[in-house]
Amino acid sequence: MRMENAQILEHRDIQGGYKRLVLRAPGIAPEVRPGQFVHLRVPHLEAAVLRRPFSVFDARDGALSILYKDAGHGTAVLKGAAPGETVSLIGPLGRGFPAECGGRMPVLVAGGYGMAALHLLARALPRRGIAFFGGKTADDVLCVDEFEALGWPVRIATEDGSLGERGLVTAPLDEWMKKPPREGVELFACGPMGMLRAIGERAIAGGWKAWLSLDRHMGCGVGACLTCVQKIHAPDGGWTWQRVCREGPVFESREIVWEDE
Amino acid sequence: MGIDLSVEIGGIRMRNPVMVASGTFGYGPEYADLVDLNRLGAIVVKGISPKPVMGNPPARTVETVGGLINAIGLQNPGLEGFLRDGLPFLRGYNVPVIVNIWGRTVEEYEEVAAGFEGAEGVAGLEVNVSCPNIKEGSALFGGDPALFRRVVSAVRAKTRRPLIVKLAPDLSRVAEYARAAEGCGADAISLINSIPAMAIDIETRRPRLGNVSGGLSGPAIKPIALKMVWEAARAVKIPVIGIGGIACAADAIEFLLAGATAVAVGTATFLNPAAAIEIAEGIGDYLARHGLGHVRDVTGGLRS
Ligand SMILES: Cc1cc2nc3c(=O)[nH]c(=O)nc-3n(C[C@H](O)[C@H](O)[C@H](O)COP(=O)(O)OP(=O)(O)OC[C@H]3O[C@@H](n4cnc5c(N)ncnc54)[C@H](O)[C@@H]3O)c2cc1C
Ligand SMILES: Cc1cc2nc3c(=O)[nH]c(=O)nc-3n(C[C@H](O)[C@H](O)[C@H](O)COP(=O)(O)O)c2cc1C
Ligand code: FES
Repeated sequence: MRMENAQILEHRDIQGGYKRLVLRAPGIAPEVRPGQFVHLRVPHLEAAVLRRPFSVFDARDGALSILYKDAGHGTAVLKGAAPGETVSLIGPLGRGFPAECGGRMPVLVAGGYGMAALHLLARALPRRGIAFFGGKTADDVLCVDEFEALGWPVRIATEDGSLGERGLVTAPLDEWMKKPPREGVELFACGPMGMLRAIGERAIAGGWKAWLSLDRHMGCGVGACLTCVQKIHAPDGGWTWQRVCREGPVFESREIVWEDE
Repeated sequence: MGIDLSVEIGGIRMRNPVMVASGTFGYGPEYADLVDLNRLGAIVVKGISPKPVMGNPPARTVETVGGLINAIGLQNPGLEGFLRDGLPFLRGYNVPVIVNIWGRTVEEYEEVAAGFEGAEGVAGLEVNVSCPNIKEGSALFGGDPALFRRVVSAVRAKTRRPLIVKLAPDLSRVAEYARAAEGCGADAISLINSIPAMAIDIETRRPRLGNVSGGLSGPAIKPIALKMVWEAARAVKIPVIGIGGIACAADAIEFLLAGATAVAVGTATFLNPAAAIEIAEGIGDYLARHGLGHVRDVTGGLRS
């Protein structure tokens, strides 16, 4: 983990309000492992007292990139940042995904920016499996080409049916899971809490592991402020808080105590 | 000409007057990869109570314009947990460690204060009588003069270590509490803690914090904090530590001019982990620019 002033190399629209920001970060980029994130200080956001967390979409040749969407004040201002400007980053943060699948077939499930969070994992896993992407509309389904270029077939579901099948991403997943591969599956997911919970339930029912990357509001991003806590089952049968920024953002589904349990 | 930034707070010698504030710097290791802890004036750790405390449900913080409302609920590993898992790490550094302590009863304050008597590597204690996030106790301790005196006197009787009393942000009576702390044997006072505050999500009509309300910190509170520090510093002879929204050297120098001997940086660390160190450097530059040799030449230098 380090702090680095990263120069913007490229900043362009991709689709549906999403932008790709490429930053020169020779200190952080080589250290990034799949599922880790950076805590970014939005330049010119005078009213803010916090950084914003973003998953690393790609890291190579001393540069890293993020994919993000306008979601509020900070991201709206970030959109105006121009190539050549510098952005302060802290990273890489969190523990990320285990880049292995124990001989089972890896299954990636993503909603929204989750596709960005899973991209480095898709590259790092020892074997290819299958990816399921979901979104409200076709605009929310990102990086299909990148995943396919890495050798991953991608199944898509959108709520309005504008791309792939109509409905939630769990529908094509459930269909596919009716005939799981003989060696079993290992699930990796990032997206809205409801989706993660649905994946976690399927993993527990099927006896698989599901590695879920959680989205929590963050303060410090490094473990100091205790903003980002998640209830985690404790060995003694009770529960403890763990910090999504430090012990997370990825947890195995059995570790998580879901809110209304 | 050499510039001397060192200060002494009730016997605690610090290499510079800029500490990191309780609850914003964890217990040290969280920021150790990002900043050189040995360049901080002092580290004030997150508040410790006699037994472990789980704290409040999320959401625990919400950003507002120029500020942050937090309702962490004083989550901490308790006295034993901190002595076992937290303090040994900090002993590896050459920086004064000030332990922020709190309890739900006078007896709990005594217990946690006494618990640090034998502990190696503790430079002093800061008693939090002012947290807005605990329903049963602490806020009341800071808001009731008789109870306030009882707590400070009780802790004083249990510790020989330098004792800092962290006041509640109660503008109407800040001088009264400052004098009470001094009268009960405090070696220094610190202020302000975060200010009671809340935020509402108008779409869901729910409070934005799990605990409904919390405490506001950050640049938004700086002018209020400055006024209280000025009032407190005029009321007592013991050193005053100024806290509240300090984000740059100029902010810190304002507090020094208002009478603070040292300052603590809290929320600003989240945006810039090196804020405290950069502020100490900036104070040095200010001294040089004004031909002053020692930071004490600034303290209380406000002209009327
Ligand atoms: C580990 C992690 C990885 C993420 N990766 C990505 C990514 O790759 N691409 C992407 O588009 N988004 C990502 N997000 C979400 C992103 O952090 C938010 O969209 C962003 O913080 C919104 O900031 P804002 O100022 O525009 O929103 P505002 O609502 O104005 O922000 C107010 C505060 O709430 C926080 N906040 C608001 N929404 C979220 C959210 N969904 N998650 C966490 N904090 C939030 C902000 O950080 C800020 O502190 C990630 C979040 C986490 C926790
Ligand atoms: C997330 C957070 C946690 C805090 N926890 C404590 C605490 O445990 N004990 C305490 O005395 N003050 C605590 N504080 C208050 C700070 O130490 C400080 O008094 C206050 O934030 C004002 O300073 P600032 O504006 O520089 O942050 C906390 C503040 C924040 C933001
Ligand atoms: S964001 Fe501060 S502890 Fe996780």
